[in-house]
This record gives sequence, structure tokens and C-alpha cells, in this order.
Amino acid sequence: MISLSLSNVIELSFNSLSYAALLFLLASGLSLIFGVMRIVNLAHAAIFLFAGYIALEFYNIIDGTTSIMPRLMQLIAWGIVYFAWTGLSRISTEARACISLLLAYVVLEILSTLLFGVRLYEYLFPTIAVKSVQKINFFMLSAAIAAAVVMVALGGMFIERFFLRRFGQDTLAQVLVTIGFAFILQDGSLYTWGGDNFIFEKPWPLNASTVIGGISFPQYRAFMIIVAVVVAIVLFFGIERTRLGAIMRATVDDPEMARGVGINTNIVSMSIFAIGALLAAIGGVVGGAFFGVYPGVDFEILPYAFAVVFIGGLGSFAGAVVGSIVVGFMENFGTALFPELSYFALVAPMAIILAVKPTGLFGKG
Amino acid sequence: MSALLSVQDIHTYYGDSYVLQGLSLEIEKGEALGVLGRNGMGKTTMINSIMGFVPPRRGHITFQGNDITQMTSYEISSLGIGLCPQGRRVFPTLSVRENLIVAEQTHTSSRWNVDAVYELFPRLGERRDQRAGSLSGGEQQMLAIGRALMTNPECLILDEPSEGLAPLIIQNLGEAIRSLKDEGLSILLVEQNTPFAIKTVDRVTVIGKGTVVYDASPQELWANEEIKQTHLGIG
Repeated sequence: MISLSLSNVIELSFNSLSYAALLFLLASGLSLIFGVMRIVNLAHAAIFLFAGYIALEFYNIIDGTTSIMPRLMQLIAWGIVYFAWTGLSRISTEARACISLLLAYVVLEILSTLLFGVRLYEYLFPTIAVKSVQKINFFMLSAAIAAAVVMVALGGMFIERFFLRRFGQDTLAQVLVTIGFAFILQDGSLYTWGGDNFIFEKPWPLNASTVIGGISFPQYRAFMIIVAVVVAIVLFFGIERTRLGAIMRATVDDPEMARGVGINTNIVSMSIFAIGALLAAIGGVVGGAFFGVYPGVDFEILPYAFAVVFIGGLGSFAGAVVGSIVVGFMENFGTALFPELSYFALVAPMAIILAVKPTGLFGKG
Repeated sequence: MSALLSVQDIHTYYGDSYVLQGLSLEIEKGEALGVLGRNGMGKTTMINSIMGFVPPRRGHITFQGNDITQMTSYEISSLGIGLCPQGRRVFPTLSVRENLIVAEQTHTSSRWNVDAVYELFPRLGERRDQRAGSLSGGEQQMLAIGRALMTNPECLILDEPSEGLAPLIIQNLGEAIRSLKDEGLSILLVEQNTPFAIKTVDRVTVIGKGTVVYDASPQELWANEEIKQTHLGIG
């Protein structure tokens, strides 16, 4: 065991808190979706990763280093596919429309490759080279982040409306659909952006460190803590103090009765899923600038997010806050004190907590 | 004049069990109808069918001329049917005030808002910030009625409001329900407590085995020993 000086402890505590902040952004969305909709969203971390890429892409578009032409081509291609599908499904069944569309695509792909040497899939799924960003300013980065977060939240609504809603409370179907989306988002990202690690160049004042009493505090870590605190406050007041929050809690208490007093629980579910995706997206962009954006970061961080949710208790807001702090400290101090046993230092306390209180620290029955 | 709420020959199943076997009834505007019957005769199922919780397999339900048979519950609620369900079903983790505001639906000439409900049931106003789950049974019943009123309904459905309450509280509830009726609200009162229902409504319908077996004024029912004995277990 390594002994720590006081300055080590202060520095490690600061790092733990900033890591906890990032975990909170990820875990609160996971916990919210589970608490309200009883859905374990395994695509949550993939949404986290995807949001990082989308933010990079928007930044490049705003910056002018990426042409938006391939994206426009893609939108037009998907539009054609969508109208062809709705048109076909009107005159035959949906399944038959899907199969005929797929066959038509295969035939077109073969013909265009053989006759003209044009590969259609390059228009449907264009790859894009994201350049390392050189200069960056705070305003442009914020705009890219906002655009990415909104887009990912809309994507979350789409997943809930057209996929998850069909399955109701069928847990196996939920797990298969969400893990399916996790793989689609991961491999889609890998195909589109390649396997390189992209780093957001942090603009001033996030790229500097403050030195107090000989200990260096990176300002970006402080920024992560501030973002998490702001999100936690907004989330808490939104859920606990507003009418919309009360409508969400009423839907959790008794969904059928909520419908009986005029609450459209479908819209509530869709909004909750969108808010969960939005939280993952904020985490993805903030964390993306911290870890870098690369394939696999999602499955690296997902176990930690689940550890937070299990320790804190599924569906509990206070649990997400406390769980993030516990995991953040265990991870950082565990790595410093027992470098060979860092995963054990995380999982052993979790096992003990779950053995004593299986619902987690703040979980309800 | 066509009825406000009209249930026409509905057949409702829970899985394989055939609960409502061709039930029909009508409520005129401004009328208070009592639906009586023993346990397990389909009274609550009828309400679940009207509210869209368990839609009927056959038959039609119309409200103000709209066919609501296959509508979702929240659409039915927004058309003007307020439900105070059996077992009260208040949202237990929400405060009293939150229970009311989540149900709020304002129309152009809305009679009900949070303050109007507190005026009808002053006890709720005193406990506005208390969790609904910690209220007494009588207070929860007031809250369930208040919550149904917050949707500003044309027709109020009350499913066994007297269940499990002390006689004095039942008497107060009866007064509140009669005052609502005097304001012109149409009321569908489902009860097992026959004396309570008879004091409150204009007309009674008795349900036995998923269909209507008797329909009369409260006084006629009270005089009819045979119906009371076979279908209500009194006498």
C-alpha cells in the first residue's frame, strides 16, 4: 500500500469529485429512464459516445472544415427510402414492403456497381473525415454542443416512439432493442468516423490550471463539476417542484390512473426517454473533451454508470448523486492506493452494499 | 333529447372471464344515477369499460354524441368524464396540491381549480403540502373527488366513495356529492352501500351478473323487498 500526503489526498479528492460529476451526468439519465419507465437502457452509453461524435461533427460544420454536402446527400437518400417504404406499406403489408425495398436496394447496388462503378452505400452511409480541430472558441464549441444535445434528445424520442413503445413491459425485448441500438450506434460511429481518438481542443478558460498552495487544479475538471451541479439542480427542481415533474411522478405512481385523469402517458414516456438521452449527450460531450472520443469509451464507462445506479438505488435522484460520489472516490482512491486491484476496489464495496441493502442505498422496495 | 352518457349493450372480458354480458344504461344531463349491486357483479368493470381501461369487445359507449368505445383513457378524460376510482388511487408520493394540479384541465368556463376544491373540502387546504399517501382514508377520498373535479368534467363517476369510511365521514361526503349535483353536474355513483346511494341519487339501476336487472326511482327500490333481498342482500 502506498501512503498519501495531504496534498495527494486533496488532489485525489478533487479528481474524484470531477469524475463523480461525469458519472452523475451519465447515471442520472439511466436511473431516470429506469425509475419512470422500468426500462434498462443498455444503449445509454452508446448515446453518450454518439453525442461526442455529433458534437465534433457540428463543430466542424460550424468551423467550415467539413463539407455538409455528404450529409445533405444522406438526408435525401434516407428521405427517398422513407417515402418508398410508406408508399409500399400502404399497398401491401409492412413486412412485405421492407423485404421488397431491401431486394430492390440489393439489385440497384449490384447494377450500379457493375454498370457505372458507383457504390450506392457510400451515399446512404458516407464516411467522414473529422479533422483535428486547431483553434476553437468558446462560443462555437457551445453552439456545437447545444446542437448535438438537441439532436441526440430527438433521437431518443424516435427510439422510444417507434421501437420501445411496441414492447410495453417486455423486459427481454427492451434489453434486445436497447443493446441492438448500442451496437448500431457503435459500429455506425466506427464506420462513419473511423477508429481514431478525437480530442476536443479546449478553449480558454477551460484549458488552464489554477495552482493553489502548490496543488494544481485543472479548470476543465472544475467545469465538469459545475456542469453536473447545474444539471442536478435543474433536474431536482424540474422533477420535484414543477407541474410537469409532478405529472411524471404521477405516471410512475399509477400509470393507468394518470391516464384516467387526462395525462397522456405516451408523451410523458417519450419525454422522459428524451431527457435521459439529453443527459447522456451532455455527459458525452463534456466527457468527450475529457477522455477523447473513440470507439469503446462507451463500454468502458457503462459498468461504472451501472455501479452508480446499483449503489444509489435504481430510479432515485438522491441515489444517483450519492452513488456517483461514492464510485468517483472509490475509483480514484482505489487506483492510487491499490493500482493492481482498482476494479476490485470498486466492485467489492458495491457487493457489500448490495448484500446489506439489495435495493441500493436510496432504492425503494 | 339524447343522453349525456350512453352505454349500449357492452360485452367486456378480463382474459377469458366474461364479466359484462350486454349491459346498457343512460345518464341524462344533470342527473345523478346510482348503480347498485353485490360484489363481483361487474360494477367496477363497467366503469373500467367507460374509462377505456378495459375496452369492451362488443357494444358502444357514447358521450355527448362522441363514440368513446375505443378511445384512450386520457382522451375520454379530456372529453369531460371525471373519475374517482374504487380504492381512491391517489398518487401516494405526490403532495395533496400536486395530486390536484396534475389533473387540471381548464376549459373556457371552468368551474374548478385548486382553490375551489379547497373551498369544497377545507381539510385538503389544511394539508396541501402533505404527501397523499399519508392522509386518512376520508381525506384520500376527498382528494380523489377533488382530483376528478380538477378535470372540469361534465359527468363525474364515483366508484364506491363510501368504502371503508366512518359513518360521519360518509355523511359529509354525501352532502358534498349532493351539492355537486345541485350545481348541475351529472353523477354516476356506483355503490354497495345502498342506503347511502339512495339518499344521494335521482334514479337507481341494479346490476346482477353483468347486466341491468332493475331500474327505478330510489323510493321504488326501497319499497321493493324482492330486489333488495336477491340483488342487494338487504332485508
